[in-house]
Amino acid sequence: MATVYIDNKPYQMDPEENLLHGCLSQGLNLPYFCWHPALGSVGACRQCAVKQFKDEHDSQGKIVMSCMTPAVEGTRISIADAEAAAFRTGVIEGLMLNHPHDCPVCDEGGECHLQDMTVMTGHDYRHYEFDKRTFRNQNLGPLVNHEANRCIQCYRCVRYYRDYAGGKDLNAFASRNTVFFGRDEDGVLENEFSGNLVEICPTGVFTDKTLKHHYARKWDQQFAPSVCVHCALGCNIDAGERYGTLRRVVNRYNHEVNGYFLCDRGRFGYEFVNSERRLRQPLLNGKPVSSAGARLHLDECAASGRVIGIGSPRASLEANFALRTLVGPERFYSGMADDQAKLASRMIEILRRGPMPTPTLREIEECDAVFILGEDITNVAPRMALSLRQSVRQQPMEIAKRANVPLWMDHGVRDALQDAKGPLFIATPYSTRLDEVATATFRGAPDDLARLGFAVAHALDPEAPSGQDFPLAAEIANALKTAKKPLIISGMSCGSEAVMEAAANVAMAAQAALSLTAPECNTVGAALIGGSPLTAAFEAIRDGRTDTVIILENDLYRRAPASEVDTFLSAAKHVIVLDHLANPTTEKAELQLPAGTFAESDGTFISSEGRAQRFFQVFAPDNEVLASWRWLKPESWKNLDDVLAALSKALPELAPASYAAPSSAFRIAGAKIPRSPHRESGRTAVLVNIDISEPKTPEDPDSALSFSMEGTPDKPPAPLIPFFWSPGWNSIQAVNTYQKEPGGPLRGGDAGVRMFEPAAPNGRSSNRQAWFSAIPPAFEPRAGEWLLLPMYHFIGSEELSVAARGLAELATKPYVAVNRADLADGAEVEVSCASGTFRLPVRLQPDLPQGVACLSAGVAPLSGVTMPAWGKIERAK
Amino acid sequence: MTSSIEKPLTGKVPLDGSALDLPAYEQAGGYQAIRKVLSGGMTPKAVIAEVKNANLRGRGGAGFPTGSKWSFVPVGKDVPNPTYLVVNADEMEPGTFKDRFLMERNPHQLIEGAIVASFAIEADIAYIFLRGEYTLAAERLTRAIAEAYERNYLGKNILGSGYSLELHLHLSAGRYICGDETGLLNALEGKRANLRAKPPFPVVVGLFGKPTVVNNVETISCVPHIINNGAEWFHGLSRTKDGGTKLYGVSGKVKRPGLWELPMGTTVREILEEHAGGMRDGVKFRGLLPGGSSTPFIVEEHLDTPMDFTEMPKVGSRLGTGTMIVLDDQTCPVGMAWNMTKFFARESCGFCTPCWSGLGWAERILLSIENGHGKPDDLGKLSAQAKMWGPGATFCALAPGAADPLETAMKYFRADFERHIAEQRCPWR
Repeated sequence: MATVYIDNKPYQMDPEENLLHGCLSQGLNLPYFCWHPALGSVGACRQCAVKQFKDEHDSQGKIVMSCMTPAVEGTRISIADAEAAAFRTGVIEGLMLNHPHDCPVCDEGGECHLQDMTVMTGHDYRHYEFDKRTFRNQNLGPLVNHEANRCIQCYRCVRYYRDYAGGKDLNAFASRNTVFFGRDEDGVLENEFSGNLVEICPTGVFTDKTLKHHYARKWDQQFAPSVCVHCALGCNIDAGERYGTLRRVVNRYNHEVNGYFLCDRGRFGYEFVNSERRLRQPLLNGKPVSSAGARLHLDECAASGRVIGIGSPRASLEANFALRTLVGPERFYSGMADDQAKLASRMIEILRRGPMPTPTLREIEECDAVFILGEDITNVAPRMALSLRQSVRQQPMEIAKRANVPLWMDHGVRDALQDAKGPLFIATPYSTRLDEVATATFRGAPDDLARLGFAVAHALDPEAPSGQDFPLAAEIANALKTAKKPLIISGMSCGSEAVMEAAANVAMAAQAALSLTAPECNTVGAALIGGSPLTAAFEAIRDGRTDTVIILENDLYRRAPASEVDTFLSAAKHVIVLDHLANPTTEKAELQLPAGTFAESDGTFISSEGRAQRFFQVFAPDNEVLASWRWLKPESWKNLDDVLAALSKALPELAPASYAAPSSAFRIAGAKIPRSPHRESGRTAVLVNIDISEPKTPEDPDSALSFSMEGTPDKPPAPLIPFFWSPGWNSIQAVNTYQKEPGGPLRGGDAGVRMFEPAAPNGRSSNRQAWFSAIPPAFEPRAGEWLLLPMYHFIGSEELSVAARGLAELATKPYVAVNRADLADGAEVEVSCASGTFRLPVRLQPDLPQGVACLSAGVAPLSGVTMPAWGKIERAK
Repeated sequence: MTSSIEKPLTGKVPLDGSALDLPAYEQAGGYQAIRKVLSGGMTPKAVIAEVKNANLRGRGGAGFPTGSKWSFVPVGKDVPNPTYLVVNADEMEPGTFKDRFLMERNPHQLIEGAIVASFAIEADIAYIFLRGEYTLAAERLTRAIAEAYERNYLGKNILGSGYSLELHLHLSAGRYICGDETGLLNALEGKRANLRAKPPFPVVVGLFGKPTVVNNVETISCVPHIINNGAEWFHGLSRTKDGGTKLYGVSGKVKRPGLWELPMGTTVREILEEHAGGMRDGVKFRGLLPGGSSTPFIVEEHLDTPMDFTEMPKVGSRLGTGTMIVLDDQTCPVGMAWNMTKFFARESCGFCTPCWSGLGWAERILLSIENGHGKPDDLGKLSAQAKMWGPGATFCALAPGAADPLETAMKYFRADFERHIAEQRCPWR
């Protein structure tokens, strides 16, 4: 630590950091724009100016930018210095020359960093008397709104979009006071992480277009801490509601998981909550029925003794456990297709065993050599792709270190690194978005990917079993061996246990971190709860062992071929479905129960990292929607704490999940945590159109959060942060005031409890017995048949996000990807396999391995197709 | 030109406007410097030492000692390859036309200098980054480079010495900011010509992230002569501590506007009155910008100052490029200030706020004053803005370069500014 004197008071600061970072860490208010903890310093805006003195005798000093000045021992600066303060005010005035006076109609108003910083500097009078420059705004697609006149030229957007996220279609054009930040022409932003522009932009140039359709000010929204449901990574979100409509999702900083950034699927997928397909009242035989009537029917069916329950990997631990309790553990089924269930349990086995702990997304950013085996990361676990774009910079960082460039000096580092990339090897059946930053790629059918993996493990450790040598294996092995923090990534998405086992061998041989992807937000949780897979449930009905089935938040038509599901559902006497969106399964239900989405429920998901995280009800719906576990729970469970207590008792391995967040009894100085930001006035007018007397706010028996703006003014612990706000910091950049240091952990620890913490490796000997050795034979193409594999899509493959209005416009249409000279792009073909026959347009994919074709995964009508599978592809008649 | 003065850079140049061609250049002792260093006569270190001793200071305007800059280049086995020399030929400072003369009229001198400099810093590749509008220079340099390759002054294993150098001519797409050494590097890399943070300095992290020296055309043109004649001789050319001759230029309403190679440290008065012939008849001198439009005004009382890097700061100005712009009594100083500020505002790269925002604002105020719409507090606003452009306050030297002439114009010609505002008109119109 270095002692830095600020206005003659000593402070302890990290000498590896800059003064702005140091000042903010000390809670000292210093305005800034271009600097961002994730992006580093470039010195563009000049807003964070301070006066620096040579020594204690220097009374003259000079203006320096705190973001560009290292916090070295003995540095003396003044924030309060009149000249520095006047300079900062002058900079704000300069930024405001062309900024429109449109705060009242700007979506950023009330949570605008530019507003906050303007107030902080005290600038309140505009001396500029001339007209302003104006731009033409661009249509950037359905997700991000563009209002260029508000731009203050801080360059954050392009630095984030291009340098950090790898985007190419946003740039800075022209010069002087007319720099235009946009695309070269109107069009949908191509990068999967474009939504972060909304938070990166310090003012209202880039705003959330989905929010615009149902706009409400931050101070008028009611928020709750939540967890993204659109993949298995468990990114932390805050979701905001007003008048029963979910208005938006913003990033909830978690140092270990998502940091400052979400993917667009996670940010904009929330609109499924407002979908017209929502089930909002119980329906018995298609007719509305009261909640009491529905519950009576449910109880009668459950009491019959001939009931089974089908859980879901997209429902919470609590919901799955409540169903399991209702029907009994032997009659509870996991809701996963057989192959998926098998892969999930293998995944958990590997994660439990180690030898290294599965890395968090932040740890992935720090890895310096990466081998991806079988995963299309950008489309399956999107946020991880953003982390990997940082990890490829780890090894080249040495260039900057050698040149003595401080690592926070972003442009200096980028000038030194140029296009240098560290080792990243990608072995997948088809080309992926991350290939553009890869050292080398390998294309093969899953069996060949597994064989490559086994070969790499063998190259690293001769004792690891090997089948075949690959020229690439030695190169990969060498990169992993020489790395400080090697990382292997694999997972469930190419449907091959052998691939995951090969990856596990590589991780063991390299003593590398291993990260495995899973398909859904609670796949890991569901697998830990257990239960037989889907065909066992089908058999139970077929064999007549049961005649009643309760299906929890699970569209079975996405799990199994339609014919099998049809047979199953029509054979059952009573079908009870709890879900939130109408789907082919709910259509077959005798009784439909309206389940709460993540926004209307509390619950816990376990991410693919093995992190149990709690999400909280954002609002109390004024209808019959209930959290699934509330529909299913026994009378004796009064609230969420009771569910978790029962869960911990019944399934002790899951007990740590109950500590994912403080209990409902948690209070700060006797007060609950408000879901709404504090407002100086007008609270009583919110519902005045309905009743001039202020209604009682709903109770929340399940959490320490209140449905109110009243409660503790103090900052809650990480799992309970509904929104980021501090006095003077109304924008999301208020997160600075919740962290130990900017970009660091949240004070009091980040949210989530890790479920798998294998003991640290103690020598290689402990691994030897653990080698996986089932090496599959090399893939043999078949004449006239194709191995059908899933091809994933960022928007289209995931079930819920395609019901979101904005994303729906961008969703992929069904297709078959082939590598065949005799077929043209767009040609109609018939694809037939065990799951059915489908008429599909062709998408030519010349890099597919011979004998392999891909179907757009999860896209109707292909959503229930079991893959990998052999199939025929013939020209449509 | 006065023939009694030694003019190593321009003395042999034909007076008919053509370039000193290769045979003539060789006949005049050209390409002897590279023979001297490449034949083993001098090590790279010895070349650097000679240039250091000659006290050659950068002629682009900043005056940084050239030998010192070269000595900062890391050499040896562990240094990232390749090392680059970049000749900054992006001459875009208003009022400046000295490099243009050297390139159009003596291209081989520049090429030879670039080879020696590259040898000294052990560069593998050299670029000449040329202002795009300098088409004649481009034509003549292209030809000269081809000739140098033909003679194996460039290319692989130069004159059998084992030293190889590739030299490329690159034409700028045309922004003032590309003339800054780091803006130039970004432009040469095909990137937006925003400037780079220092440190890292280009000698460590330069073009494409590799060690790079950026030197001005005139600086490099001096180098062969230092090698041929020695540091002592070079030093002796000067009247002051800074070594060598200097190309001085004068534009404005003088009798003989032009460019002269004179001893470093020739006084402003001598250049103005002897070489440029003084003011035109009927026109009175009011002030001048000594080294291009980004240097502070000097007035009558400063005319006896020697024009060099050391003496000019003592009268509150700078040598800059050494090419002066003269203001006379029939030209409106407010209009001149507006014109220059307009240039700087236009050429701001748009990176740092005080520059992109403040310059545009100041330009609007100056135009408003010039057009008779000035307000009493306008001068206060201009001073406040100029203060925001101080060194360190902005990212690079562009805005400080705009502040200097504006602030000194308001200092020396304040009555004219005030009269514009009081009379709500430009008295010169």
